[in-house]
Amino acid sequence: MTIQEKQQDIIDEFAIYDDWMDKYEYIIELGKSVPTLAPELKTKDRLIEGCQSNVWLATEIKDGKMQFSADSDAIITKGIIGLLIQVYNNESPAAILQSELFFINQIGLAEHLSPTRANGLLSMVKRMKTEALQSLAQ
Amino acid sequence: MAPVPFSVAAIRELFPALRQKVYGKQLIYFDNGATSQKPQLVLDTLQQYYALENANIHRGVHYLSQQATTAYEAARRTIQHYIGAKAPEEIIFTKGTTDSINLVAFSFGERLKPGDEILISAMEHHSNIVPWQLLCERKGCTLRVIPISKKGELDLNAFEELLSERTKLLAITHISNTLGTINPVKELIAKAHKVGAKVLLDGAQSIQHLTIDVQDLNCDFYTFSGHKVFGPTGIGVLYGKEAILDSMPPYQGGGDMIAKVTFERSTYNTLPLKFEAGTPHIAGAIGLGSAISFLQSIDMQAAAAHELELTKYAQGILDTFEGLHIIGEAKHKTSVVSFTIDDMHPFDIGTLLDKQGIAVRTGHHCTQPLMDFYQIPGTVRASFAFYNTKEEIDTFVAALERSMQILGA
Repeated sequence: MTIQEKQQDIIDEFAIYDDWMDKYEYIIELGKSVPTLAPELKTKDRLIEGCQSNVWLATEIKDGKMQFSADSDAIITKGIIGLLIQVYNNESPAAILQSELFFINQIGLAEHLSPTRANGLLSMVKRMKTEALQSLAQ
Repeated sequence: MAPVPFSVAAIRELFPALRQKVYGKQLIYFDNGATSQKPQLVLDTLQQYYALENANIHRGVHYLSQQATTAYEAARRTIQHYIGAKAPEEIIFTKGTTDSINLVAFSFGERLKPGDEILISAMEHHSNIVPWQLLCERKGCTLRVIPISKKGELDLNAFEELLSERTKLLAITHISNTLGTINPVKELIAKAHKVGAKVLLDGAQSIQHLTIDVQDLNCDFYTFSGHKVFGPTGIGVLYGKEAILDSMPPYQGGGDMIAKVTFERSTYNTLPLKFEAGTPHIAGAIGLGSAISFLQSIDMQAAAAHELELTKYAQGILDTFEGLHIIGEAKHKTSVVSFTIDDMHPFDIGTLLDKQGIAVRTGHHCTQPLMDFYQIPGTVRASFAFYNTKEEIDTFVAALERSMQILGA
């Protein structure tokens, strides 16, 4: 599946919820299912500080594909991280750099990627792309 | 205008913002510590000013300029009388509390010398920490911090030990924005004066809840923001005793603050204009005057009693929640209920409450040192105004229960 298709999948999945709380219940369940990052991986250089919640992002490359794992102290933030990982994992750095992230807006979560830095998610997306760029440069 | 009997229902009618729905739910606004909603009277004043009275002040000979100047200066006098200042010269219009504190830090701060001390408390907002840190860096002064107890009350013994002839200024919040603690400021002021220190009160959270009499308090400076007291954003007040303000150098240079300008030297205007460089926020000042007039039309004692009742009611219910901890349990506190819940992040709670139409504040509330003291990342804070109701608290409690259920399941 392409990044485009994976995003469309998520949009379709969210289309069944017309109530905000149901939508968030789903995100929270997802957040709970995302594996926690091992404490030794929660280092300062992997930390993205938000004003309210923090995010840790660990990156690996396997066979030319990016592998992200991430964690947050807030469960809603972690749920959205889960969605971002779904979209970007197992993709090549080039594909990630060329992609446009549209599903967040479409499922009505734009506020979580707003530049208020409340939850560190916008910085996390930027860092995912930076890491993709760096791996291309290597 | 004599106060009319206090009626929440009647007061709510005056606030258009309270009538709206968010996410299809009736809005419940419990973020009054951050900013208050605006009564129609203030909105009308702003509209009227820009529609019909707009002109620059203190310089035009024409009709509109005189009208605007009169309205601007009338607002100053309304505020002067409301806080019990001796003269209108003691009321300086600023951008807000932060601006007022920075003005004092830069201008009054000029007289400080290496070794001098500034005393603040552990419950200060960043606005009453950082300007003093900057001043200490400039002047080689030392910042001292009065510790607090777990309940959120000042350690008064430590305060007395910290006071010395080196203390040049006590800069302290009247009411904590995070904990709601009402500090015993009259006592603090008297003791600080005994060692020759001046006292600045951060009134950002007190002007809207308490009756303020700066002469009775005997503070040297009192600061507040218009937007937290039902007025516009971008306008605030610095009250200072006339003799002290007179002895302070100008803060910013520009129009309005000068008497005569030549390239060799300029002389400065008298108070209060000495501290109001450039075209001020005229509409804001007039709007703030209107907000204060609005408060004068309300029985503020009854309003304060209502707010206290709301606080007790909310705390009483929240106290029964397992795993919920109220942060800030001072004996004297205002209508702020800050709390944490075991294993639940304030951001998650705040997000779920928002989707149920309830506006609360979550996070560190610009008091990071205080969060470090409690060793928490932040709190959920519900802060009430006199237009809030017990029914709203019931809805909030139900929404909180639902949020906790979703997060905990």
